[in-house]
Amino acid sequence: MSTPSPQEPATAGPEPQAATALGREGTAGLGRDDVAHLARLARLALADEELDHFAGQLSAVLDAVAEVGKADVADVPPMTHAVPLTNVTRDDVVSPSLPRDVVLAQAPAAEDNRFRVPQILGEE
Amino acid sequence: MNTDLTNLDAAELGRRLAVGEVSSVELTRAYLDRIAAEDDVLGAYLHVDADAALARAGEVDAARAAGEELGPLAGLPVALKDVFVTEGVPTTSGSRILQGWRPPYDATVAARLKDAGTVLLGKTNMDEFAMGSSTENSAYRPTRNPWDTDRIPGGSSGGSSAAVAGGLAPWALGTDTGGSIRQPAAVTGLVGHKPTYGSVSRYGLIAFSSSLDQAGPMARTVLDAAVLHEAVGGHDPRDSTSIDVPVPVLVKAAQEGAHGELAGLRVGVVRELGGDGHADGYDAGVLDRVRETVELLAGMGAEVREVSCPAFDLALPAYYLIAPSEASSNLARFEGMRFGLRVGDDGSRSLEEVMSLTREQGFGPEVKRRIVLGTYALSAGYYDAYYGQAQKVRTLITRDFTAAFDHVDVLVSPTSPTVAWPIGARVDDPLAMYAADLCTLPASLAGLPAISVPCGLSDGLPVGFQVMAPALADDRCYRVGAAVEAALDAARGHRFLDGLNERTTA
Repeated sequence: MSTPSPQEPATAGPEPQAATALGREGTAGLGRDDVAHLARLARLALADEELDHFAGQLSAVLDAVAEVGKADVADVPPMTHAVPLTNVTRDDVVSPSLPRDVVLAQAPAAEDNRFRVPQILGEE
Repeated sequence: MNTDLTNLDAAELGRRLAVGEVSSVELTRAYLDRIAAEDDVLGAYLHVDADAALARAGEVDAARAAGEELGPLAGLPVALKDVFVTEGVPTTSGSRILQGWRPPYDATVAARLKDAGTVLLGKTNMDEFAMGSSTENSAYRPTRNPWDTDRIPGGSSGGSSAAVAGGLAPWALGTDTGGSIRQPAAVTGLVGHKPTYGSVSRYGLIAFSSSLDQAGPMARTVLDAAVLHEAVGGHDPRDSTSIDVPVPVLVKAAQEGAHGELAGLRVGVVRELGGDGHADGYDAGVLDRVRETVELLAGMGAEVREVSCPAFDLALPAYYLIAPSEASSNLARFEGMRFGLRVGDDGSRSLEEVMSLTREQGFGPEVKRRIVLGTYALSAGYYDAYYGQAQKVRTLITRDFTAAFDHVDVLVSPTSPTVAWPIGARVDDPLAMYAADLCTLPASLAGLPAISVPCGLSDGLPVGFQVMAPALADDRCYRVGAAVEAALDAARGHRFLDGLNERTTA
């Protein structure tokens, strides 16, 4: 699967370029094709009506969230997490795993003590 | 039907259990009777197993009769939001994609409640994957507000709020990502607390937005919430974001707060959350009740001042980038291969086609919208402008909190801008729905503790008062919340929820 292909050149550099690229005059606008593309990336089939409906709704949402571009964030580090814990480790001791039969009992399909999945590779 | 029992708070029920005035079986049956009679209308529960609950209650009664040493929660019924996995008990997170799934293990908080001797009444309804503020996004059915069954009970923990307010559970656990404990508590007249991020285990909590999700108590009184919080809180080695510090002392804080002695307490009223120039979209009645409550705090000796936190204006846009981004990643695990729904696996379709069809049929509209939005915000070319920018705004919000807490001990605001709205009013307008989270989002993004306590009625519907505190100072929320509760109860002459009981029996 290809990587995401944005509809305009990547705003490569760090801010402030990225911030000014935002909003696009108040119309962040996601079109029907954009929604279809994003849904494909997310392995999400969408019906035709949903594509139209979501395109309109998500454009409105994008316009609203694009407000973050207004913030002056020069020299502001990103915050990924409220608790800055790093390298949380545990003792390297074996502990029991979930029993295989219990886990497989909840699988949509199982075979030979494994998850059975649809074909992964095509014919050719 | 014994509604006398089901209208009591958990502390009183625990006392009666301990001295043998009531058995756990009697108590559990009283709740089950009420669920059977009223939940068809309320829709608070997705799963109730009466036989299992009564069997468990019988075990606790037998242990007590045998003279075993039991903890203070033994025999008390509890409800869990359906986002917590429970071994052998159906768990759906409000989604079709997990219909019929019985998890092979318990969430840490579920295990801790089980070990404390509580009786699980059932799993409560919720917005699908906790995405929503009304519980209308449940794949199964909407939940109704006991104060007015034509209105929403808040969300996403709306099954828990409706169950506790409606007397179908003495208390419940919810989860809060952007306000999903506090807002439903506010609009149903409950106490709801979002703990400091990392202070209650997320192990076994079906993930929505991992850097924000936090479990916490929803109860009829501040004291009950503190008891439930202490029972589930504390370090868990199975959650790598869990903070390794002792469980905070909350019950004592609630008991002391109820004395109403707040001399020296410095309270900051956040201008950006309903203050001058920031009142658009707020109900006048909500602002009136909050202003009166601030005056009440001043009357108890608190020093009140207004505080400005300019970055809070960007909390909503930052949240609605960060949460969908994390959700789009977290929800990738629902692909129909290892558990849950699988659609279209007829031998002719590829793995990718089956995944896409499964997710199309398994997810509802709001979940799909957020997956698409999150995928967009994280994609190459947009990452810096959206997700990266939102994370920097998150830093600005945290800095505003830090600066404010240099001068005040707690910050206060409305919990939600409005009272409960009519079912259906915001269903197809995502931005209107998101606005319900306006006041709760800042503390979520900064990972700080915040409580909602009832502070009166507007148009006959409950209003919530929010108290926010620095990280790991959850005790301040309980102390101030208990002071507000005690003062308002005394002025009113009865507890807040008694007003609902009188109304429904009138």
